This record gives sequence, C-alpha cells and structure tokens, in this order.
Amino acid sequence: MKVLAIAVNTFKEVIRDKIFYSLVFFALLIVGASVLLSTLTLGEQSKIIEDLSLNGINLFGVIIAIFVGIGLVNKELEKKTIYTIISKPIKRYQFLLGKYLGLALTLLVYVAVMTLCFLLVLYWYSHIVAVSLLPAVLLIYMELLVVTAAAILFSTFTTPTLSATYTLALYVIGHTITDLKALALTVAKKAPAATSVLDFFYYLLPNLQNFNIKSQVVHDIPVDPGYMCMAITYGLLYIAGLMAVSVLIFQKRNFK
Amino acid sequence: MIRTEGLEMEFKVGFAMRRVKALKGLTMEVKRGEVFGFLGPNGAGKTTTIKILVGLAYATAGKAWLMGKELGDVRVKEGLGFLPEQPYFYDYLSAWEFLDFYGRLFGIPKKARKDKAVELLGLVGLSQSKDLQLRKFSKGMLQRIGIAQALINDPELVILDEPMSGLDPIGRKDVRDIIMGLKEKGKTVFFSTHILPDVEVICDRVGILVKGELRATGTVGELLGSMEARSMEMTTEGLGPEDLKELERLSRQMVIRDGQASMFFDDPDKAREARRLVCQRGGDIVSLIPHKGSLEDIFVEEVKKGGRP
Repeated sequence: MKVLAIAVNTFKEVIRDKIFYSLVFFALLIVGASVLLSTLTLGEQSKIIEDLSLNGINLFGVIIAIFVGIGLVNKELEKKTIYTIISKPIKRYQFLLGKYLGLALTLLVYVAVMTLCFLLVLYWYSHIVAVSLLPAVLLIYMELLVVTAAAILFSTFTTPTLSATYTLALYVIGHTITDLKALALTVAKKAPAATSVLDFFYYLLPNLQNFNIKSQVVHDIPVDPGYMCMAITYGLLYIAGLMAVSVLIFQKRNFK
Repeated sequence: MIRTEGLEMEFKVGFAMRRVKALKGLTMEVKRGEVFGFLGPNGAGKTTTIKILVGLAYATAGKAWLMGKELGDVRVKEGLGFLPEQPYFYDYLSAWEFLDFYGRLFGIPKKARKDKAVELLGLVGLSQSKDLQLRKFSKGMLQRIGIAQALINDPELVILDEPMSGLDPIGRKDVRDIIMGLKEKGKTVFFSTHILPDVEVICDRVGILVKGELRATGTVGELLGSMEARSMEMTTEGLGPEDLKELERLSRQMVIRDGQASMFFDDPDKAREARRLVCQRGGDIVSLIPHKGSLEDIFVEEVKKGGRP
C-alpha cells in the first residue's frame, strides 16, 4: 500500500514531465523514419522497419531509464521532498522500492505504447501482425529494468552527473562484456591471476547482451522458451542484487 | 513527549575529513501538551536535532525518545507530524492530490483521507485552491499546505522547523493561530525559530541552543525573571538647550523630536540624577519607562557568551 502510493506518485511525476514526452516523441520519430529509410532498400523492407524501430524503442527506453532513473532519488534529496516522506511511517527500503516500481510502471507504459505504434506502422506498411517480435520487446523491457536499478543504485551515493556517467558506462560495458570473457581466455596461459580478476568482473557486471534478441526475431529465427526464462530470471536476480545494495547504502545515509 | 539524552552529532568536513561537532551532548525534555520553542542562531544545530528526531539523520552518540518509544521504531512516526524548513513539495501535484498522497503513506482509508483533506484545506485556508498545482502556489500557500501535510495523521506531536521564516506578517499570524489551535486540542508542538516576538506570545517553554549546546531552558517568564531591569527611557519637555546638553552627558543616547527629548539610561543612578535635574530646571517628565530585558536580550547574551559559530 505505502510502496504503491510512492510508485503511483513517481509515475505521476514522470508522466507530468515534459522531458518524458520529448523522448517519447523522438522514439516515435524513429519508428516513423524507419518507414522512409526502408524505401531506400530493395526487398526486406519490413525487416528494416522492424530493426530500426526495435533499436529506437530500446535506445530511448535506456535514455529514459538512465536520465529519469538517476533523478528519482537525487531530485527528492535536492528538493528536500524526501524530508516529508522519511518522517512518515515509511521504511527507507519501501521508499526506494516505490520509486523503482514507479519508473518501472512508466517504462512499461512507454514500451507498450511504442510497441503498439510500431506494430500498427508495420501492419499498415506490410499487412503483417508481427507477434513474433514480442519476445524481443519483453527482453528490451527487462534490460530497461536492470538499467533503472543501476541508475538508482548510483544515485543513492553520488551526484546526478556521476550517476549518469556510471550508469551509461555500465550500459556500454554490459553490451561488450563478452569481450572481457574473450580477453580472459587469451591471457589465461600467461597470467592466471589476471584471468581470475577478469572472470570476477565478467560475473559481477551485468551481461546485457543476454537481453538482446532483436536481430534474431527480425530474421525469424525462433526463440527458445528456455532461453527466455533464463534471461528473465537472470534479469530479476540482477535487479534484486542491485536494489539490495541500494537499500544498504540508503539505509545508512544522513540527509543534508 | 520528546526526551533526548546526550545527543551528539559529528560531521566530517572537507577533504581533510576534519571533524565538526554539530551537537554536543544535548539533553532535554518536552512535556505532553506544551508548545516548546527551540531557539538558536544559524548553525547552532537546531535543524540537525530535528533531523535526528524525525529519522532523517542518525546521531553519532546518545539516545532519544518520542512518545515514549526510542528512535528507530517506525511506529513512532505514526503519531508524528513534521514540517521541514523551507519546504519544497511535489510541484506537479494539486493540493488535493498532495494531501491524498500523504494520507496513503499512513495507510488511511479512502473515505477518511477525503474527509481529512477537506478539513485540513479549510483549516489552512486553501479550500479554493485545492485543484491548483503546487507549482503555482505562493510561498505562504506552500507553507500552509506544508502544515496541512504535517497534520494529515492527526498527530500527537508536531515538529515544525522554522515555520515562520520567509512569511509576511499575516502569514506569520496564520501559523501562530494554527499552533495555538493545536495546543487547544492538547497536541504537543515543538518548533524552531528565529522570530522571537512570536515565541514570547505562543510558547510555554523555550530552549536556547548555541553551538550545539543547550544554554538555557524554561518558561519565557522564568528566563525573563532572571534579568534585572536593564535600562530606563525618559521623555521630557520644556527644557532649554543648555539643560539638554547636561542631560545628554548623563544619558547613553538622546533623541530630540517635536519639542520633546527622549533619553536612555543604562545606569539607575544616572537616571535618578537626570530626574532631579529636570525637576530643578522646571521641565516636565512626559514619560518614564523601565525597560526589562526581552527574550531577544537573553538570546543575544547567550549567543555572545558562546561566541558566534
């Protein structure tokens, strides 16, 4: 109930912010532009629309998750609105959880609206109802949830600018992390110690490639339900870990 | 209602992590049903104390109890109302949504939440603006909706941090009336302020905090009673310039206006001599007022003793 009240309030906060709408506008623009771009290619036009739109939804979702996510806690601290919340019978973890769920809800609405627009465009253009793309959308949402949790974690202990930088860095690392594993394998013989360090980071940092099945679905390669389950479980566990650390840090904080 | 024992707060400041003590063993007690004024210059540690009491910061040493329960127990906050200093609120919410949100945080059922919001908007005089977003509120209106927010759970104990700062005289009077209203209902009010005349009017007891230490505590009467009459103000008329010159030598300060001369004396003996002089020279004494110390004098004295932070 209390967590829900904070989540709903956070949802209102984001929904009533102009920045949110401008980002949604640009995401829609990409979906629209994909139709124009697809006419430049021979054949496979609907694939171009699918590919560009999915990536557009993903990219702007990540931007919302990072830039709204880092502000969730920081804005409350900066504007001191948190004073009136923490002095109520609310545990700090409830506050943090509420903020997280609020943005998760907003992102859900964002992804749902964007997907609907995208499927309509696709239907209008090539008369196909592309239900097979939905698993990719689901995992995009999962990735957004992980990025949001990371943004919240950083914003519990550092400034907005640094939180944004760290979250962005984590996002980039998350997509190139398989290279880290490859590096660990190449140096395995020469420096076993370095390998274990690299291995440690490989397992510590999020592997966001797990949530990327966009090209797979665009090229009609069937997605294994077992893989979907694993990816979702991985995402949920990772989020739980990030939130647990956030709560530990937030619990001890003195508000200035 | 509020009890603290040896409360200490230490900050680490700057790059060298220099330790600064914001509170040095604060021990005090606020009784049920009283209005307690918490005074002190800027940087004395008032806000720090309040932050510790409402759970925004953790004391480095010492203990504190609210309503008989030790801090840290979330249930303590069920009976607590709090208005922070210079409050900023969710400006995208309307006054109505705003109060409804805080009601939800207490788990108040929908119907009761609605009734309470109507009552409080009436109490703080914002019934007309209930659908207005807070971003369009003036400073005084924000302070009033802030007070409404602090009362949403019908609290036993209300803690207000500088509730009157930044308000115009009418706004201050409104806040004062609300505090008096709370007292009539038997609530305990603890508030920090710089605005001393208000304190004299509404507080049962006051505490003066300087540099993290409680220097004086008691009723306004007790604190004032401990002071001697400080100075004497005498206004005269019908004296010549020569006489006035003599009087000016005796007084600390003299002001001549509309044919009347007002003078201030710090020393009672000099005041007596001046009176005799006026009578001898055939002048009239229009008024003679002994100035007793005000709360402000006590405040200034305590601050001076401690040295400004």
